[in-house]
Amino acid sequence: MTILIDEKTKIIVQGFTGKIGSFHADEMIKYGSNIVGGVTPGKGGQTHLGLPVFNTVKEAVKNTGASASVLFVPPTFAADSAMEAADAGIKTCVAITDGIPSHDMIKIKRYMRRYSKSEKMTLIGPNCAGVISPGKALLGIMPGHIYKEGNVGIIGRSGTLGYEAAQQLKDLGIGVSTSVGIGGDPINGSSFKDIIEIFEKDKKTEVILMIGEIGGPQEVAAGKFAKENMSKPVVAYIAGLTAPKGRVMGHAGAIVSAYGESAVEKVELLEECGVIISKNPSVMGETIRQVLNGKRN
Amino acid sequence: MDIHEYQAKKILSDFGVEIPRGGIAYSPENAENKAREIGGSKWVVKAQIHSGARGKAGGIIFCNSALEVAQATDKLLGKKLVTNQTGSEGKIVNRVYIEEATNIRKELYLGLVFDRSSECIMVVASTEGGMSVEEISQEKPESIIRSKIEAAVGMQKFQAREIAFGLGIKPELISRTADAIIGCYRAFSELDATMVEVNPLVISEQEQILALDCKMSFDNNALFRRNQISELRDKTQENVNEVYASDRGLNYVSLDGNIGNIINGAGLAMASMDMIKLAGGEPANFLDVGGGATPEKIVKAFKLILMDKKVKVILVNIFAGINRCDWVAEGIIQALQIIDINMPLVIRLAGTNVEKGNKILKESKINYIEATTLADAANKAVKALKDLTK
Repeated sequence: MTILIDEKTKIIVQGFTGKIGSFHADEMIKYGSNIVGGVTPGKGGQTHLGLPVFNTVKEAVKNTGASASVLFVPPTFAADSAMEAADAGIKTCVAITDGIPSHDMIKIKRYMRRYSKSEKMTLIGPNCAGVISPGKALLGIMPGHIYKEGNVGIIGRSGTLGYEAAQQLKDLGIGVSTSVGIGGDPINGSSFKDIIEIFEKDKKTEVILMIGEIGGPQEVAAGKFAKENMSKPVVAYIAGLTAPKGRVMGHAGAIVSAYGESAVEKVELLEECGVIISKNPSVMGETIRQVLNGKRN
Repeated sequence: MDIHEYQAKKILSDFGVEIPRGGIAYSPENAENKAREIGGSKWVVKAQIHSGARGKAGGIIFCNSALEVAQATDKLLGKKLVTNQTGSEGKIVNRVYIEEATNIRKELYLGLVFDRSSECIMVVASTEGGMSVEEISQEKPESIIRSKIEAAVGMQKFQAREIAFGLGIKPELISRTADAIIGCYRAFSELDATMVEVNPLVISEQEQILALDCKMSFDNNALFRRNQISELRDKTQENVNEVYASDRGLNYVSLDGNIGNIINGAGLAMASMDMIKLAGGEPANFLDVGGGATPEKIVKAFKLILMDKKVKVILVNIFAGINRCDWVAEGIIQALQIIDINMPLVIRLAGTNVEKGNKILKESKINYIEATTLADAANKAVKALKDLTK
């Protein structure tokens, strides 16, 4: 089993006919993802990459039975597209778009409150690398070949640091059940806690690697949740030891503005929750190996 | 993006918040005239820099005559002010704000930020105006009032009233204080701000509710729809290298160390800096050239790093995903044909086609140190630095 997506999940691409949408749709298809079509308002009825294009997400869902979408819509229109997906009954939406205003993210999250828990869409991102269930499906922009199929669940904010982790694991012969990029923005669709909760229920996932960074309360909130509710070990690395207070480090959300948001403080708070800390980014794979071998937990 | 105090006050005033009378000046003569225009007999000359804590740094001068206003302006203009928020290099004063002096009865604190836990807008208020919010939360935490505002419906008058009563405002002034708080909230929510801080918000002897000082920051991601805010940007208040970088689509933060970094992705960049620190070195910068790491970006990145004279060693760490290491290697070689870096260069490539990429680098004429892992890269960069000083 995997979380969020597998080889059967029917996927549509929002912003399908644009340059970036086309490129990544093609990559996803090559990886084996079940892409069934796409949405570009005004281009409905056309065929793109051999697949149907629809004007609205509702039409696309009605005609293809899609339950997941991936969003390559420019930041100016991205909030609108995410809400459209939620309204059309999409279950998992991955927003790749970088640069969505924070006030728009708040609007999306408030909009989604109208749906009951069973009908509510899981929004992943924005400003993220997406979701991959190795060997099954890719709903994002990760390079598929660096992921080996296996039993480690990965959640991280950064794209390339997530790749680094996957590569370290692969070099040790360790695979990944699903890797989820939740993105670098201060307000995002799904938090670390939201995703580790799903990993806890997944039979295949044995250990979880959480790749966090400075800024915000999410890593510690996930640690507290894990302490109370999780049976599976959680390993974490927090990037940004050298980041000065009050400066944005690339990701809009990577800024230390309060107590508990620096890397050192987050590590202390996570250790109190029983989370196993990868001391530096070079030993993320090795730390997971030790946990899997039962040498640490 | 940050703006100046006088710009923030103009915005607040547009949202119905009262501010003292004042005007901006670029020269002593200009300042003297402004003081006469404003009238009265006491003025404050305030250095306009993107920083708080200006008073302690000598950036706020009280004056008793228009002549004193001119003298104070002369003293401040062109000066670099160093506060506890500017870093050691300080920030240059290119304009001053002349304001009528206010007789203060009570100083309050009012701040608005995003609360990332509840994903609401949080209003923070305290009776201890004039202190920084960090000082208040350490020394007088019991004085802090917090109110979460549901963005979809906006701030309600009762919420503003509750804050005003909580601050101990007397009944006759409650309604006007609440209006001032709502004005600040509207500025925050309608202009895509990420921070509005009025410190202090004062009650004057004449019982006016005045925003005496104000700081505002805005969401860079929302500037596309906030032209009037974008126009308030003052590049003289930003680090020269950071302006160069942001104009070229690079994410750069200048730091104090001497190992320059060129990395793709914000998380990997922070992680590489952590490794440098753990290896006993100090990073000179944070630099994310973007997931793609195109040759053009790499050329710009080398130029940028070399603008920082502290840099003694350069570390390049690229994890190629959808792009490929062989392509990144070509980009590095191209860059080094244009730019003479003349210092040790450590290169670590990883990901797609890594063997091919390393082979291309090896067969080229460039002088570099090859690294394999994150740890190896950091260790080699720190060793190269130590070898220089031997």
